[in-house]
Amino acid sequence: MRQSKRRYAGVAEQGVSILITLFGLLILTFVIGRIMPTDPVRAMVGEDATREVYENVYRQLGLDKPMWQQFLIYLRDIATFDFGTSIRTGKPVLEDIARVLPATIELATFAIIIGAGLGTPMGVIAATNKDKWQDQLIRVFSLMGHSMPIFWTGMIALLVFYANLGWVGGSGRMSQFYIGLVPERTNFLLIDSALAGQWDVFRSALNHIILPASLLGYSSSAYITRMTRSFMLDQINQEYVTTARVKGLSRRQTIWRHAFGNIRVQLVTIVALAYGALLEGAVLIETVFAWPGFGQYLTSNLLIGDMNAVMTCVLIVGVIFIGLNILSDILYRVFDPRTR
Amino acid sequence: MSMTDRLSSAPAPRRLPHGLIVARNILLFLMRAPTSLFGLIVLGLLITLAVFAPLIATHDPYVQNLQNTLQPPSAAHLFGTDELGRDIFSRLVAGSRITLSIIFLVTIVVGPLGLFFGTVAGYYGGKVDTVLMRITDIFLSFPSLILSLAFVAALGPSLNNAIIAISLTAWPPIARLARAETMTFRQADYIAAAKLQGASSARIIWRSIVPMCLPSVLIRLTLNMATVILTAAGLGFLGLGAQPPLPEWGAMIATGRRYMIDSWWLVTFPGLAILCVSLAFNLLGDGLRDALDPKQMNRG
Repeated sequence: MRQSKRRYAGVAEQGVSILITLFGLLILTFVIGRIMPTDPVRAMVGEDATREVYENVYRQLGLDKPMWQQFLIYLRDIATFDFGTSIRTGKPVLEDIARVLPATIELATFAIIIGAGLGTPMGVIAATNKDKWQDQLIRVFSLMGHSMPIFWTGMIALLVFYANLGWVGGSGRMSQFYIGLVPERTNFLLIDSALAGQWDVFRSALNHIILPASLLGYSSSAYITRMTRSFMLDQINQEYVTTARVKGLSRRQTIWRHAFGNIRVQLVTIVALAYGALLEGAVLIETVFAWPGFGQYLTSNLLIGDMNAVMTCVLIVGVIFIGLNILSDILYRVFDPRTR
Repeated sequence: MSMTDRLSSAPAPRRLPHGLIVARNILLFLMRAPTSLFGLIVLGLLITLAVFAPLIATHDPYVQNLQNTLQPPSAAHLFGTDELGRDIFSRLVAGSRITLSIIFLVTIVVGPLGLFFGTVAGYYGGKVDTVLMRITDIFLSFPSLILSLAFVAALGPSLNNAIIAISLTAWPPIARLARAETMTFRQADYIAAAKLQGASSARIIWRSIVPMCLPSVLIRLTLNMATVILTAAGLGFLGLGAQPPLPEWGAMIATGRRYMIDSWWLVTFPGLAILCVSLAFNLLGDGLRDALDPKQMNRG
């Protein structure tokens, strides 16, 4: 009884701290939006608008009010999910983002499958062969993935695998030839093309996603490898592993069934955080591969100073990260009996 | 000469200050592992290049030669020439100065800033701590590149603004670390003694706490440098960092991109330079972590 009360208090405390962080996030995006050098009114009305039109819009946007009032208006807009319209596309920013986000999620999901598929076994092998040549090799290989400037690796990979070898598709989500052939239902191209039964498009999409996803996956595998290795080292040094071996279990069984079984929860949280971190790589890789996703939307609007779009993108990234942190916290609470 | 004089003066010239001995031991440990030795060599090379840049460069990095554009690597131009006929090798060498100054400036902003907020939060605790840590939470809820992007967008694209933006995003982890360190010896006897002697809080933080946090903060800064370099190069690549004609490596890749299919050397060499330096920092950081882990140090 008392224990459950304490647990609720803990959850409530965490809820409050999340709200404060969110509030701080809003202040940050508001400040960034206000000090941006572009003139939002000029961007809306164009270069040759009359002074009257300019001042009308200026007042409409609430820019004549004091800062704290502007902030309250901003808060009210956010609370009603009104993120303003993008100056470039003329559509609500939220609508724009909903359209481009699936492309990035598709890419990131593909990448994390590759990253976790590569990183987890490497981490286990490195831990079980600590300080031997396998460990050293994996260390260098994974640090390499962590150290490469991904925009550059993307360009080199395009040059080698697309331009010279012709193994994969080039930039974009599919060949030019297929654009517009598949009805957009979910905006996840692989799903859409499969639903429509357009297997040529599906193959083309697969051909195009494999290279950027592999590169992103490789870069995120560095973190996953390192964490898996250190989790496994913690387990291997414990007595139950020795006991299992003494009881006659094979080395492989002990490691994969017992030790690995115990680090699954920790691994899931790590993979969740790595998934969020892929957003960062996506910004750069989408530019190189002309991938029409969230990252490209963010950078192209940054360069033309589309304030509403940029602020909303930054806010969304922040919210995604806070969400992932909460998720990993919850996973810990649910799966790890010690935290109860 | 009296007896005591001789006793105290004889061994003195040989004995190094304690800090230097520790530094030498760490260096020796690092040099034993091939990976961190590689890191040390690359960094040494980078510093040499940056210091002697005008002597090493074979051409003026800014002088255009329109009769000699997009030449492949040859004896006259080690790494070839770019779309304006500038020598790529010389531009890379000149770029090492930019990279090094980014590292230097970010370090001298982020170190003191993180140290200040971290020690203050850790020493005072309570409300001060809560407020400061909330602020770091907000900054930490972003990937560093995205937050730098947003700051640069607000400040306008340039090398200096990129450095400011990176510094703004890089101090919170340092503050976290300094706070954690401070908490461990806030209750120590020597702090209590200083308090009883009437030392002010500012003096205690500056004289007794900051020196204790310094080693771990320095290591953390080294570990962060790879990220700093990649972020700076990424900003340069997106056109939000150093602006042409500055020979910043990321910006060089961005301009070389247009000629990539026919002239591979335009993007290959600057990219390799970024890769080498960030790999060097990662390997070095990895080695440092081992060197300062007491369990590893005694391994012999």
